[in-house]
This record gives sequence, C-alpha cells and structure tokens, in this order.
Amino acid sequence: MNRSQYDGDITIFSPQGKIFQIEYAMEAVKQGSASVGLKSKDFAIVVGLKRASSELGAFQPKVFKIDDHIGIAVAGLIADARGLSKYMRSETLNYKFVYDSPMQVGRLVTQLSDKSQAHTQRYGRRPYGVGLLVVGYDQTGAHLYETSPSGVFYDFKAQAIGARSQSARTYLEKHYESFAECPLEDLIKHGLYALRETLPNTETLSTKNCTVGVVGLHKSFDIIEGERLKPYLDAIEETSGSTETTTTDAEMKD
Amino acid sequence: MAAPSFTVTPLQNVKEQKFSPYVNNGGTTLAVAGPDFCVVAADTRLSDGGYGISSRTVPKVTKLTDKCVIATSGMQGDMITLHKTLKARLVMYEHQNGKPMSTTAIAQLLSNTLYYKRFFPYYTFNVIGGIDDDGVGVAYSYDAVGSFERVKYSSSGTGQQLVQPILDNQLGRKHHHVPTTAAPVNMTVEDSEALVRDVFNSAGERDIYTGDFVDIYTITKDGVKTSKAELKFD
Repeated sequence: MNRSQYDGDITIFSPQGKIFQIEYAMEAVKQGSASVGLKSKDFAIVVGLKRASSELGAFQPKVFKIDDHIGIAVAGLIADARGLSKYMRSETLNYKFVYDSPMQVGRLVTQLSDKSQAHTQRYGRRPYGVGLLVVGYDQTGAHLYETSPSGVFYDFKAQAIGARSQSARTYLEKHYESFAECPLEDLIKHGLYALRETLPNTETLSTKNCTVGVVGLHKSFDIIEGERLKPYLDAIEETSGSTETTTTDAEMKD
Repeated sequence: MAAPSFTVTPLQNVKEQKFSPYVNNGGTTLAVAGPDFCVVAADTRLSDGGYGISSRTVPKVTKLTDKCVIATSGMQGDMITLHKTLKARLVMYEHQNGKPMSTTAIAQLLSNTLYYKRFFPYYTFNVIGGIDDDGVGVAYSYDAVGSFERVKYSSSGTGQQLVQPILDNQLGRKHHHVPTTAAPVNMTVEDSEALVRDVFNSAGERDIYTGDFVDIYTITKDGVKTSKAELKFD
C-alpha cells in the first residue's frame, strides 16, 4: 500500500480525491474479528465472533446493549467501540428522559455518523477505528445499520463486517430473501451459519467464542452467550451441510 | 411655622404576591417490611393544595427494579422528576456494572440525590420498600433533604400522623395494655396487605387529602405484584 505521499494527515486529499487516513481507519475495521447482522420483519439480530488475545485470556465482548430496543456489534478498535457505546447510551437515555419515548434507531445512527464525520475534518482528532452494526426495533419496525469511521452509514437487510466477512456476505446474499418472514430461531441459525463461514477450517463456533444479540417486537435487547447459546449451536451442528464452505486462499489470508 | 406632618396609611385591598415554587399535592404513603417480603402502598388522590381534587387516579408509586419500589408524597412535579431521575440512574448503573442496583444501593442513591438539592430541595417525602440481596424485606424512610433510616415500617405524607401511630401499635406492638392483642412477630403477606387497606381507610376518614384509591405493591423474591383497592371519594 504505497500511497505515502498523501496519507500523512487527515487534512490531505490525494489527487484521486481520497483521504487515505480515513481509508486506513476503515482498514482497522477490516482487521477486527467478524460480526454479522440480519433482520426479519419483527426482529433484528447481530452475531459476533469473540477473539481472545491468547489461550490464557478471556474473549473480548463484541455485542453491547445500548437501550432496551437498540444493541450493537462491533469490529475494529474495541476501545473506540466502548467510547461510542457510552455516547450512544447517554443519547438514548437523555432522549427517553426528555420525550418519554424510545429514541428512533435511524436518528441515533445519524447522530453517531455526524460525530464520526467531525473526527475526519478536524486537525488533531483522529477518526474512530471501529465499525458498528446497529440493530434496533422502533415504531417503524426492525432496523439494521452499518456505520463506518468515515461517517457514512448504510441501511441493510443483512451485512457482515470484519475479517473474512466476504464469506459471510456470500452466505447472506444467498439466503436474504427468506429472512423477512423467518421466525426468530431460524434467523439466529442463519446468523450463526453466516458467521461460521468466516472461520478457517481449524476453528469452530463454540459457546466461548460466539455471542448473539437479539431485539424486536415485544423483545428487549437480549445478549445470548455461554450456556444459553448451546441449543442454537447444537442445532446448526446437526445440519452442518447447509452451505458449501467457500473459503478461498485469498480469504484465508489475513 | 409648624413642620408639615404626614401620615402614611397602608394601601387598602392590595395583597403582596410572592411566587412560591412549592405546593403540596397531598396524599399518604407507607411501607411495611416482612421477613421475606415488603408491602408498599400509596393513595392516588391529587389535590390542588386547597380543598379541590385535581385527580383521583394519579399514581405515587414507581417500580424501580424487581426488588425495589419507591412511594412518594408531597409535590407531584418534584415527585415525577425525582422518579425519572432515579430510573435513569438505574439504567446507567446497569450498563456500567452489568447487573441491576440492589435495594440498599438504591436507598443510598436516593439520599445522595435528595441532598444534592439541599438548597432548593425536592418537596418530596419518600419511602422505599423492597427486598435486599439476601431476600430479607426492607423499608427506608426519608425526609425532604435525604436523611434516611432503615425501618421495619414507615409512612409519610398528609396522613402520616394518622397512620404512623397505628403502625407503631400494630406492627411495633407498642402501648399494648392487653398482651393478647399484640400482632404476631412475623406477619404474613396477606395480613400485611389487609392491615394496609384498613390503615388507608382509617386515614381517609380524617385526612381530606387521602382517599379515592390505594395502589398496593407487594415485593417478594418472585417479583412485584400490584393491586388496587377503593377508598372513599369524599
């Protein structure tokens, strides 16, 4: 990646109209461990692959509750993720206090993206090095958004971010048309299948390295991990032949 | 030449107006702690500070967690804001600590919140009822600026002076000259709820600000149950 002439500062454009510092910040998201998000008519879920720094260490949390109706999965600099979730929790709590009503997901995502953008246009401030998959349920139904260090956000039916996420996206592209009417249990299984696509052959999903966040109609944001995840993992073990593993050499490389 | 004399007479029919930020909307609350439960109750009458009734159905009790409930009498505006503030603080605590606040922690939080406004107080008279981390029933009573004490039973509000002596007699077993009339050491949930209804009916007879309905909250290890009883509408 030899673009060193124009990548020294956040305030420098390249002749092609790119700001390389923002591109590099987005690289941090691509290097983080995978997170998958998908939604049906009534539910939106995220599935995250937790990473441990070593065999001795605990697995980093990937999924955070923001409010009763909003949660996030992250990929990238986890410390930045914690800072952003502090901001999001504060915003939703204040909104609830003032308006006695849950904050609309899209409004929160817009505010967050505006904050991220401010960090790309100020000398001395660096962009956030984390991408979020924001899931929520409000008056307009189930939502899934992807946010990025650049300050853009996208509305998705299903998306995956982080390392080897293309494999998960391939799975989601194959199955997304059935998601809208999917019951919750099947939606979670789809999410786990998609996440499993991102794993190298030597690894498997387990109650230790996997976490699921669920929110929707009559359901407060709930994080399913550890023993509670076991029934879902067992269910996908039985039907492991649902998709062909299509990890190519290019995707296996870090 | 004599100095002119002036007499100053006060202007007639002019009253000096002064804005008071406080009003007492009336009402009575109480909490009774048992060995493994707590009963918290409050009437639902809102008065306008004088002889009028603004509403018969305004709740004074808020459930904070599955183990803790707060009941407040005094000024309705301050009560609503206080309860909202506490609920927001509980959410923040749960985000930061990964678990709901214990009843004892909430009791301390309320005291700090009230004292924070020591020089422009919340015009509120609070009682907290619930169960602690060991499953034992607790009740706390407060003054307007945060002085609090853990007690077995407590009442506050316009009916406090009518209610508290009954609780002292029935639950504290005070001033019994005929020993057989003493209440049992540990009352059951049903007997406590019945006592609460009797107490509110008695208070409603003599306190004009207490009446209409009473919300009764019962907190046990299985959660919080609520019921409503009718009082007199006069």
